[in-house]
Order: sequence, then structure tokens, then C-alpha cells
Amino acid sequence: MIRDLHNKLINKEITSLQLTEEYFERIQKKDKELFAYLTLTKESALEQARKVDEKIKKGEEIRILEGIPGAIKDNMCLLGTRTTAGSKILDNYIAPYDATAVKRLKEGGAVILGKTNMDEFAMGSSTETSAYGPTKNPADTERVPGGSSGGSAASVAADEAVWALGSDTGGSIRQPAAFCGVVGLKPTYGRVSRHGLLAMASSLDQIGPITKTVEDAAIVLSEIAGEDLRDATSAKSSGKRYENYLTGEVTGLKIGIVKEYQENLKKDTKELMEKAIETYKNMGAEITEIEMPYAKYALPVYYIIMPCEVSSNLARFDGIKYGLSVNDQKYSDLPASLREALQAGNRSLLETYLDSRKYGFGPEVKRRIMLGTYALSSGYYDAYYLRAQKVRALIKKDFEKAFEEVDLILTPTSPTPAFKLGEKTEDPLEMYLSDVFTVTANIAGVPAISIPGGKIKEGGSELPFGLQLTAKWFDEENLLRAAHAFEANSKFKNQNSKP
Amino acid sequence: MISKDEVKHIAGLARIGVSEKDIEKFLKDLSAVLDWVKELQEVDVSGVEPMAHITGTENVAREDTARDFGNKNNITKLFPEKKDGYGKVKSVL
Repeated sequence: MIRDLHNKLINKEITSLQLTEEYFERIQKKDKELFAYLTLTKESALEQARKVDEKIKKGEEIRILEGIPGAIKDNMCLLGTRTTAGSKILDNYIAPYDATAVKRLKEGGAVILGKTNMDEFAMGSSTETSAYGPTKNPADTERVPGGSSGGSAASVAADEAVWALGSDTGGSIRQPAAFCGVVGLKPTYGRVSRHGLLAMASSLDQIGPITKTVEDAAIVLSEIAGEDLRDATSAKSSGKRYENYLTGEVTGLKIGIVKEYQENLKKDTKELMEKAIETYKNMGAEITEIEMPYAKYALPVYYIIMPCEVSSNLARFDGIKYGLSVNDQKYSDLPASLREALQAGNRSLLETYLDSRKYGFGPEVKRRIMLGTYALSSGYYDAYYLRAQKVRALIKKDFEKAFEEVDLILTPTSPTPAFKLGEKTEDPLEMYLSDVFTVTANIAGVPAISIPGGKIKEGGSELPFGLQLTAKWFDEENLLRAAHAFEANSKFKNQNSKP
Repeated sequence: MISKDEVKHIAGLARIGVSEKDIEKFLKDLSAVLDWVKELQEVDVSGVEPMAHITGTENVAREDTARDFGNKNNITKLFPEKKDGYGKVKSVL
């Protein structure tokens, strides 16, 4: 889709300004209901579009993403723009710099339409923990778009953005992409700099694209990937343009099916998995069953390591440096007793911390901070965090062994299609289980992608089903090649519908 | 498996203000999750080195030189309370 639009731009069939205005019109029409966006950056978007049009007019060469409008998840800093991460505690936060991934997109000439809704600090699987209200799934507005990058996935699915950036700590790019019927790529840990991404769990977080097609995901990845001095965990640049590896060929590629995952699959999911396996076989790929005995521990490992890192990362929100500070009466939602105490002016520093975090954070964020603080507290460190890091090493070994036998691993992205709004908000554990197939890639640091794999009928709706492919560390080429070949050979390809 | 007093203690460590009602809710939610992650106790981890960095990166060093941030006002204007361009904090002593 990006390449088509790029060609239309350079052939002067459309202008970037027309294209950008068309997307804003669509946002205005649809987003009241969907609520994919938290903030629109119309002025700077139109200015950038005009700049690109000027270049084209002068006959200058433009880059592939130049003049193409997209969206940024609201946990990435965009200079001079409100960046909330879906939290009240950052309601008034104006980003003082650009995240590296955002900066690279800007340098590539991309048009940024705005910032998308998300679960608060990316903690959730449905976008329902956003302090600003939930995003709806464009396929069925009574259902969640998935999360935490639900706004990004919904914006792309509803043609409110050509491309979007998401972030993925336990499935937050792939699961919403699956729920909304689009493509979502979590690159290898370190492939994309995390500088300027509001940290959730630093050893698991990774930025990646959500797009309509695999080629588009490859193009956006090529733009944002590479080493960054400001993120010591970022990997050496590969210098590759990933879109050049999409040959449509998978002959000889070995694809593994995880034995342990087969037992509990629901009927519809199983059928679509079997269809996908058939498609790959027909294209000449080799299918092998593999064993991953420690995969079943990935979710509990995740729910120890992640909250521990969360409790440490979110300590910075203290009501002192930036964000919500409950030390005066500016904040409207305070009870009368606290208002009086503030008026009396004798609140201590500790009370400012306690109040700012009490009124600034939502329930899921507090739950995870508390959980992590407990697991890291004196006397519990060995039993929880250290043990989890050891099991994490065993899970990584599972992957190392698997990749001696196969090039890629094929699973569903999520055990179910999109669920209804409110269906899982009361039971945190039930919500956590929707990450069961996605967290392993974060635990092991490997790249994984979700692509459309068919539709599941449920309650009168046809809901998108996502297939997940996982590859070895830094092998985005084979990952994207196999995903692209499937897309080209299946009827689930997203239409280049608009414009 | 976790007591009310422990929940209060943890909330204090985490610097999160809690009401009696919050404590009840945390007690229930934290116990449920802690009960569930107990599953990890059954794994034999003897002789396993804990994971340090997932792609094996180590000792990334750079020159220890100061770089100008640029427009410092972008940062100072975010201070909830300020005086003479400095962030203002309540007295700690």
C-alpha cells in the first residue's frame, strides 16, 4: 500500500496534502465512535505534507515513506506534543524531545497524523485500561481492538492511518493486529531503539510497525531500525532494506508447529491453523512438529519479570519532576478532606508522592507496581525474580533448540478472536491469559509477526483471526519473507482499500 | 498467602496511597496472581544461570562527554512547581 501511494505521489496522481487531508476527514467521520486517537497533530501534518509536495514539484527525489500519513502510539515522545501513555498522571505532559524511532520517521519525511490510544502505560490486552476510555474494534464496535496498541491497530484497520507504530512487551503489537485484521511486527529485542519510549519493562519492550500489508511493515521497519547511542541495548545496524527480501518464495523453508500448543486449541482456531499449514505445504515449505517443554511457563515468568521492571521504571512518576502533582488544588477529582489538607498547606514530600501516585495511576498500573514491589522486596527476590530469570534462560534454550531444526515457528497469535468490551475487565488473570502465545517471543527476545489468517464467526460477527510466525534472533528477513508469501497466496490479503 | 499488613507495607514501599477498600482489592488480586505464578516452583532450575541479557549484549561503552540537550525550557516548563528556573521540592528536613 505504501509503495502504491509513493508511486502515485511521484507520478503526480495525488499530492501528499490531498492524501493527508483525506485521512483527517476519515478520522473526523469515524473516530468519534472508534476513539483510536488521543491527540491529532493536524497543523504539523499538513505542513509536512506541503513540504513533500513542494519537493515533488521541484523534481526532487523523495523517500519511500515521505509524505505518507501514519500514527504514533501515545507512549512514544513526539516533540512539543502531548504524550500521555494513556495515563492521567501524564495528562499535561508535553514531550521535550523525539523518540529515536519517531525522529527517524520524521527524517524519512513521514507525515504524522497524531497519537493513538492505548492501555495505560501499555498495561493491558484490550485498550480498556486507558484513562481516556476504550478504543473500539472496527470489525465489531462492541468488541475490543486488543491491546495495548489498540488505537494504532484500529487506526490502520479503519483507514485512519496508512501505518502506525506500536510497542510490544508481551504481545501489544501482535495481539491487537490480530484482533483488528492487520499486520503487526515485533522486531528482535534491540532492533529498534527504545529511546523516548515510555518504559514499561525494559528487558521486554520493543517498538514495531502495524500496517495493512507485510511489505508496508518491512518498509516501516527499514526506516526505524538501527543502532542508537541513546539506547545501549540497541543492536548494530543491519543496513538492510527489509522490503527487498520479499521474494514470494518459501520453498525449502522449515516451519515448526509447537506440539505443546496443539491440545488446547479451540475448533475454529485449529481449523484455520490447519489451513495455514496446508497453504505453506502447497508453497513448498516443510512442516515439522517441534517440542518446547518450557513454553508453558512463559506466562508466569512474564508476570513476574514484567511487574518487577514496571515497579522500578514507574518510580519516576513522583509528582515532582513532571506530570500530575497533588500538592495543590488544581486537580479536580480530589475528595473534600484532601482538598482541605492541601489548603492548609502542610502536606509533606511523602504525602505528595503518595497522593500523586494514588490519583495519577489507574488500577491495573497500581496492581502491577504492587506485584513487582512485592516480588523484589527483601526475602522474596530469590523465590520470584531470580527464579523467573532462570526459567527465562530455559525458555530461551527451547528456542535455540527449536531453531536448530526449523527456520520459523507457526502458532495462532491469540487463543480467541476479539472479545467483548467489559468481558474480561473484572478478572485480571483471565485478561492475562490472552497473551499466552505472544509473550514467549518477548521472553526470548526473538522477532515475531501477526498476519491475517482468516475469519472466525462469533455472535453474528465475522472476526479476524491472526497467525503468528516467529523467527530466530535478527532474522527479520525470513520472517517477513514467509509472512509475505502467505499473504500473497491466501485470500486474506488486506485490500488496498483506501484511497 | 499475603496479609493485609504486607499489602500496606508494599504500598508504602511503592509510594502509592491506599484506602481500606484498596487494600482489600489488592489483597484479593495479588494473592490470585501470586498463587498462579507458584507454578514456577515446580521447575528444576538447579545449575541454571539466570538470564542477564537476552541477545547477549555486554559492556556497551561510550565517551563520557556532556552533550547539550538543546531547549532546556522544554524540560523546566514541565516542573509542577518551580522557582527561578529550578524545580521546587518540599523541604525534606
